[in-house]
Amino acid sequence: MNRVTHIAANTFREAIRDRVLYNLIAFAVLLSGAAIFVGQVSINIERLVVVNLGLTAVSLFGVVIAIFIGIGLVSKEMEKRTLYTVLSRPVRRWEFIVGKFFGLTGTLVVNTFCMAIGVFAALLYVSHKFQSSDAWILVALFFIVLQFLILCSLALLFSSFSSPLLSAVFAFSLFVIGSFAEDLRGFAGMSHGLTRWLATSAAYLVPNFSALNVIGQVAHEQPIATRLIAYNTAYALAYSAMAICGAVLIFERRNLK
Amino acid sequence: MIALETTNLEKTYAVGFWRKKPRVALRPLNLTVAEGEVFGFLGPNGAGKTTTLKLLMGLVFPTGGTARILGKDINDPAIKAQIGFLPEQPYFYDYLTAKELLEYYARLSGMEPKERGRKVEAMLARVGLKDAARVQLRKFSKGMLQRVGLAQAVLHDPKVVFLDEPMSGLDPMGRREVRDLMEELKQQGKTVFFSTHILSDAEALCDRVAVIHQGELRGVGHVAELTSSVAAKVELIWNGSAVPAGLSALGAECRVIGETIRAVLPEAQQEAALEILRRERLRLISLIPVRSSLEQYYLQKVSPEARPAVGAR
Repeated sequence: MNRVTHIAANTFREAIRDRVLYNLIAFAVLLSGAAIFVGQVSINIERLVVVNLGLTAVSLFGVVIAIFIGIGLVSKEMEKRTLYTVLSRPVRRWEFIVGKFFGLTGTLVVNTFCMAIGVFAALLYVSHKFQSSDAWILVALFFIVLQFLILCSLALLFSSFSSPLLSAVFAFSLFVIGSFAEDLRGFAGMSHGLTRWLATSAAYLVPNFSALNVIGQVAHEQPIATRLIAYNTAYALAYSAMAICGAVLIFERRNLK
Repeated sequence: MIALETTNLEKTYAVGFWRKKPRVALRPLNLTVAEGEVFGFLGPNGAGKTTTLKLLMGLVFPTGGTARILGKDINDPAIKAQIGFLPEQPYFYDYLTAKELLEYYARLSGMEPKERGRKVEAMLARVGLKDAARVQLRKFSKGMLQRVGLAQAVLHDPKVVFLDEPMSGLDPMGRREVRDLMEELKQQGKTVFFSTHILSDAEALCDRVAVIHQGELRGVGHVAELTSSVAAKVELIWNGSAVPAGLSALGAECRVIGETIRAVLPEAQQEAALEILRRERLRLISLIPVRSSLEQYYLQKVSPEARPAVGAR
């Protein structure tokens, strides 16, 4: 387990020393500034606008980071051959994959934490005080982190067998389709025959990102059911675990040419 | 004890996108390296040297056969702690400093924290990078990267060290330093298995060499034996400016170099040649038997007519 920690720590360090990450944080800060601006020009809906824009920015920037870094986690190491000296040590291939996953998700958690501070600061700026319903924002942020877990594991899965470009296309497509998973399920329910079977299969196969998006609800100060929190947590963990297992299975058999 | 043993180790890749065709990278390889030996793995580019090393490191999987290092299967994770590896033209995490990189590898190798710090410092000093310890690797020259590579390969005190083209791209000073380090490893009783196509390095360092060509083992031999065997030719050097008549008829290859003439001819013609020189009253400077070099052995083994080595051990 120690080796997983060391690989995760090194992945985290790489991301932190990568200037792209700093730029994205800077962009997030700029977007929060924009949220404040829009909040000020809005009448009585400042909180709604700030929460909506802020959380959407946190989500989108995190998604870009997860895909952008995740797709290169394995392929970049293979291309640059940095993997050779790691795997010639007492490091098992699954330890490498799991370490990489934790390193990237750790980076995203830290990144989300920094952005969340920005969102709450912007909220305090427009509302002048916090209210009890603001606690639901934390739940929305938690769900965003769960989305990142799934996305990181998928990016890692694709990275274990395809090129960075294809991995990015696959991961981003799944993110888009998964964001409409509920609609896909609705469509499956209305269709018949083979279409119904195909639509139902696709709806349950793609990650259900729409269930993890409660930004609109928390912006309107609606509470989130405890059952949904438990269900989403279990779902995201199970989905990520399966994707990681898939990545390990592929990587364990892969020749590092 | 045997440090490395391969039995019918082979690798075939499937190449092509649609209709995949097999491409043989390594034909069944049978090789044994004894503990404490410096073993040179020679061959031209694309001969299968790197493939062999990748197979031994578990980076690619064999199509057939087995390999054992220190008596254990190469897939046994425990054996990885006993080996060090330097890939060809190594590339490391360039956002790390040399010290951070070695500490990272030391952690992965399971070194204790106290020992880790001391060893990393000592190793940086050993490869001449003490002053560059806190410089990011992206600012390192190729030679410096090679030194870091060597440092990481031997940092954890492995029993067997595998080096893929360790002298590649190094200047004469860098090559000398790598040679010194390899000699030091030999004195410490380590087994060194290194691939190269620079024959002078192999001749200077190796106890034994193997020649591989087109994925096929062509020969294995002791360097001392290969370079001491007489090639049944002699070299004559004498003072003079013109080649005496009759020498060419003896099959001598003559070259005039300033005031001296150098001739290489079959050993059987030695007396006849000396008689010609005596008759012409020419002053003989030297007469030495021509010994075969590693280069000759290598060229002979990689020639199209050469046959694969049978049961090479």
